[in-house]
Amino acid sequence: MSAKLERLSQILRIVLDGRLRSLAQDRGEITIEVGAEDYLAVARTLRDHAELRFEQLADLCGVDYSAYGNGKAACEPGRRFATVLHMLSIEHNWRLRLKVFSIDDNFPVLDSVCDLWPSANWDEREAFDLFGIMYSGHTDLRRILTDYGFVGHPLRKDFPVSGYTEMRYDAETERVIYQPVTIEPRENAPRVVREAGYGDTGHV
Amino acid sequence: MSEIRNYTLNFGPQHPAAHGVLRLVLELDGEVVERADPHIGLLHRGTEKLTETRTWLQSVPFMDRLDYMGMMCTEHAYCLAVEKLLGVEVPERARYIRVMFDEITRVMSHLMLIGSHAFDIGAMTMILYTFREREELFDVYEAVSGARMHPAYYRPGGVYRDLPDTMPKYKPSRFKSESRLKELNAAREGSLLDFIEAFFDRFPKCCDDYETLLTENRIWKQRTVGIGVMSPERALAMGFTGPMLRGSGIAWDLRKKQPYEVYDRFDFDIPVGKNGDCYDRYLCRMEEMRQSTRIIRQCIEWLRNNPGPVITDDHKVAPPKREKIKGDMEELIHHFKLFSEGFHVPEGEVYAAIEHPKGEFAVYAISDGANKPYRIRLRSAGFIHLAAMDELARGHMIADVVALMGTLDVVFGDVDR
Repeated sequence: MSAKLERLSQILRIVLDGRLRSLAQDRGEITIEVGAEDYLAVARTLRDHAELRFEQLADLCGVDYSAYGNGKAACEPGRRFATVLHMLSIEHNWRLRLKVFSIDDNFPVLDSVCDLWPSANWDEREAFDLFGIMYSGHTDLRRILTDYGFVGHPLRKDFPVSGYTEMRYDAETERVIYQPVTIEPRENAPRVVREAGYGDTGHV
Repeated sequence: MSEIRNYTLNFGPQHPAAHGVLRLVLELDGEVVERADPHIGLLHRGTEKLTETRTWLQSVPFMDRLDYMGMMCTEHAYCLAVEKLLGVEVPERARYIRVMFDEITRVMSHLMLIGSHAFDIGAMTMILYTFREREELFDVYEAVSGARMHPAYYRPGGVYRDLPDTMPKYKPSRFKSESRLKELNAAREGSLLDFIEAFFDRFPKCCDDYETLLTENRIWKQRTVGIGVMSPERALAMGFTGPMLRGSGIAWDLRKKQPYEVYDRFDFDIPVGKNGDCYDRYLCRMEEMRQSTRIIRQCIEWLRNNPGPVITDDHKVAPPKREKIKGDMEELIHHFKLFSEGFHVPEGEVYAAIEHPKGEFAVYAISDGANKPYRIRLRSAGFIHLAAMDELARGHMIADVVALMGTLDVVFGDVDR
């Protein structure tokens, strides 16, 4: 397996050469990062190059890095919204993770890969809905999972788990109404990142 | 000449053939579909957001509620992701148990699908037969975990407990006579493995019965042959996986091609279709149930002869035994820490994919070293398959939309997450 990964990373290094920002091999998976400006061209190469042939886009999703590591390392500008693609080559039987960061954190935009893989259509709609990442070139960038008329992007780290509005049936007016939430998020176990070697007593 | 008008029709959100809550906006020209626009999200519960606020262990039961027709398989992908991040070794017996329950789940999911698909397009009897068999598999779930639908049986590091030595039995009541009781409990005298074995000895015959009802049935063939045809190239580009891809003739199965757990030790075949229509996909699923039976038989054989631990003994991940907690301070601390703070997962990211009954189900987990996930992305097959609805339905009659809904095998817990 690792020989195969070696081969894949070698091919990637040769084919993508200057456009490759980083290439990491961890836990039997390869992650590459490219710049937003090269994204579409790189995606096309990955799909069409005879030695790569990633003919299927298994997954495309957004990630918000603003609270990573408990927010201690507040992310640098242009490192907040990432789009992560998982590709699969059936011909060569290998997978690849491609990560791209949008340049502007206040208005994240990225090229759409719908023309390369039609399956990206709904995935990009979902990333737009949940993270507010715009995909230029997408023909139908509507919200997909949230309610009609929903405001905000719920998977962003600054969006509370309980949301902002709630919906209930109002007996007086005899219709369904929206109102500000009446519940508060509750945290039973706080989120902690321990320092290295925490709890290591020395004996097994 | 009479005026011809195009209609826009709302299919659902409450429609018996929508397999859940789907609002499908159909633009029609007479009875021919010109455009299908699925509106999803009516069952969106924000699972991905919720997992970020729970410890790694607390998120396991969420996975059952994703695809509520293939419960243990979704748990499996999540546990694989966590184990991959932690680098925990899973005991061999737990791996075999997982494989066995994955296959049982596959049979359950396909039984549900074939029954309801046939029901949707007019064959009422099918669902009665498939649910009869599915019910017994629910009893298997219940015997092993205590829950019929949402077992939370797989845990990071193994499975919650070993297979029980006894099967729960029917109790006497005024609705069941003594002789009927005896008949019902006949298969439940031995262990769980005996029960499963007896079931799967009987099951191929049940499959034959289903095939008698459907495979050469004239109406069934009229409704499914040539409907929703997908070429292999297009199926790949559309992101199809599982039986949807195999129905188009591509022999791609993660159990064979990228084996996880112990799938590489089993002898089974991958059925593929030829024409990529609803009928071929039905045939694939039918054959997959028979292949699952083969795998389960091999699992039973192995599990009978190889007792052993079923969860890792690394107590930083899995709790120690109850007796030990009572007598040992160290173990008590482990237990307390595990169920309050939870375990910490080293920094990193993994993508763990499994062959779910519906296709490739994967969990993409990012950890920043905390006791809670930083981000969990759930890649479900149903979501991707439903996206192809527009392309599949175009040019078909409105009645075929129901056949397509069935063949896509969508479950809304899984699509909406």
